[in-house]
Amino acid sequence: MKTRIAALVAAGALALTACSSSNPLGSPSAPAPSASAGGTLIVGSQQYYSNEIIAELYAQSLEAKGFTITRQYQIGQREVYLPELQAGKIDVFPEYSGNLLQYLDKKATASTGEEVLAALPAALGQGLRPLTAASATDQDSYNVTADFAKANSLTSIADLAKLNRTIKVCGNSELAKRPYGPTGLKSAYGVDAEVVPVEDSGGPLTIKALEDGKCDTADIYSADPSIASNNLTTLSDPKSLVLPQNVVPIVSAKVNEAAAAAIDAVDAKLSTEELVQLNALSVTKQQSSAVIAKAWLTSKGLLG
Amino acid sequence: MGWVLANLELIGSRTVSHLLLAVPAIVLSFVLALPLGWFAATHQWSRATLLTAAGLLYAIPSLPLFVVLPTILGFGVRDAANVIVALTLYGLALMVRSAADALASVGAPVRLSSTALGYSAAGRFWQVELPLAGPVLLAGLRVVAVSTISLVTVSSLLGVDNLGLLFVDGFQRGILAEVLTGIIATVVLALVIDALLVLLGRALMPWTRAARR
Amino acid sequence: MNYFTEAIAWILDPANAEGSGGVWARSAEHLWYTLLAVLLASVIAIPLGYLVGHTGRGRGLVVASTGAARALPTLGVVTLVGLILGIGLVAPLVALVLLAVPSVLAGAYAGIEAIDPRTIDAARAMGMSDWQLLTRVEIPLGLPLLLGGVRSATLQVVATATLAAYVGAGGLGRFLFLGLKTQDYPQMLASALLVVLIALILEALFEIAERVTARRLHVV
Repeated sequence: MKTRIAALVAAGALALTACSSSNPLGSPSAPAPSASAGGTLIVGSQQYYSNEIIAELYAQSLEAKGFTITRQYQIGQREVYLPELQAGKIDVFPEYSGNLLQYLDKKATASTGEEVLAALPAALGQGLRPLTAASATDQDSYNVTADFAKANSLTSIADLAKLNRTIKVCGNSELAKRPYGPTGLKSAYGVDAEVVPVEDSGGPLTIKALEDGKCDTADIYSADPSIASNNLTTLSDPKSLVLPQNVVPIVSAKVNEAAAAAIDAVDAKLSTEELVQLNALSVTKQQSSAVIAKAWLTSKGLLG
Repeated sequence: MGWVLANLELIGSRTVSHLLLAVPAIVLSFVLALPLGWFAATHQWSRATLLTAAGLLYAIPSLPLFVVLPTILGFGVRDAANVIVALTLYGLALMVRSAADALASVGAPVRLSSTALGYSAAGRFWQVELPLAGPVLLAGLRVVAVSTISLVTVSSLLGVDNLGLLFVDGFQRGILAEVLTGIIATVVLALVIDALLVLLGRALMPWTRAARR
Repeated sequence: MNYFTEAIAWILDPANAEGSGGVWARSAEHLWYTLLAVLLASVIAIPLGYLVGHTGRGRGLVVASTGAARALPTLGVVTLVGLILGIGLVAPLVALVLLAVPSVLAGAYAGIEAIDPRTIDAARAMGMSDWQLLTRVEIPLGLPLLLGGVRSATLQVVATATLAAYVGAGGLGRFLFLGLKTQDYPQMLASALLVVLIALILEALFEIAERVTARRLHVV
């Protein structure tokens, strides 16, 4: 027990030095920075485990190229971290193209993945730029239980209108105000809907509520491995109500070409299937983002 | 237990961050509550107003306070200063009443006789009133310390680093062990600080131990 | 500071007032959660507090466990119970009851403990049984401190009941989370103001109750 406490104290002390200074000893896995290295970069992530994994992929890939990384993970939602990004307090942040655009530009008209990515640089304004997007997407999707889908022969969101009643949707409270929330469901598909708010971003509580029949459908991120593991049916979205959400890194001016190349190398190999598998390691194997990222980067030869 | 062992480093760093937010707030609420409590105790007319105002601070839900304070004070939402100011306000809500009760318990005869003995107002406060009020002040401080440590966790909803992040992350990933670890670590931390305060009290006020025997 | 005027305008906007998700309905829910939690906490804590206060046994245990209970982070308890039991009112209610118990318990036993031992001796000398002593002397004399405990429990629960919305229940927390997550800060602040308003009303009621009991104790 004593050694465990000692380990805890040591770990705490280590973490303290790691965040309070740019001491290169603070991040043990980083090789000694060479003279040409780009110095210290701050990598941030949303308060969403999958986003943290992607951030950690970028962080370790950058460290392998000689950069020193300060990690600032689990920073709330956009309203908390975007101002910090814009103020230059964070240098690298994994984002999702469609939702980011809608946040920055409430009147955005882009509807395809390409249009969204093309509109991003202008919407971001000075000081920030998107790097090349990954093919991986992780977007809001409407899901129902397999039994419910079968009983009502549901395959698309449009089919929900056949139920002829107000549909209950479990999701984060902000869904009520998103363009693809109740307003969009009504205008695109003629479906009346109300949100049952559960603030776990489509996590286990949302799924439990769906299975308990507390709601008819649940908003779950498409890269969530629990969709498959709970045998849920994702309703198709023929009218593209939900904007495509490609994983796209947003970086500050401090990110030079070498750093951008290290991040691009990660995104070039990150497909949706890969992302779902990474998420599964986090949820079912309960591995930390550092462990998951190291194994994946090693298997892709990106730490060499 | 598997999750805990695999994440000792994370738990350790979250605990340190937790303390860096809680301890300054606890100290500040104690230091600021003393003059306010002294004023309420010595100016009877102000007592009800001050205590009710302080009590109502406690009724403000913490989450909006964490978000609104920055717009008034010019901090960032995640700045440690923002969280510390908010926690200090809640600490004050509890501590002003304790300080007023503690200092009022000293009583007019004691004050008058110490003045008669030649104490200045300041000397009387530091050498007579404060030591006599000590045990009640300590009791109040212990409640403030424990509830502040518990309250820090709410700021994790905004991404502030502390043990509360274990709830948020465990909630999304469905890891009960992580949520439970966050709860237990918070309670243990509070009890450790509480025990330290008791020891500090014994060291500073040796007579309270003697009196009990 | 401008958010405050916008928040008040939000509250007064008739469009936000009516319906099952309106200001009135959510305030009523919030009040209901608060009363339910304090009531349940009282049912648990008052008998226990009287037992401890009357017998003088288990005081150390109660003091230690109320200290630990105060340290329980409500957000963590809501999350944990929510994960186990699913969405709805049960998880937040468990957390709120745990939050309220320490104050009520402390009020109940401190009220009895604070009675002058000579009063107790006199009552026993008059031949009162334990039950008579408890119901005719200790409970009435302990009432002011008990009310104080229930009062501070209520104040804490009113503010914290906003967390119910975190796991799918209602109450004023709905406006809080929706406002927070859609950057609608006037709405978020409006929810906070409504919570403070409810707290003020409850405080006033407690103030009246405390004065009434104090006056009756003097008459008796």
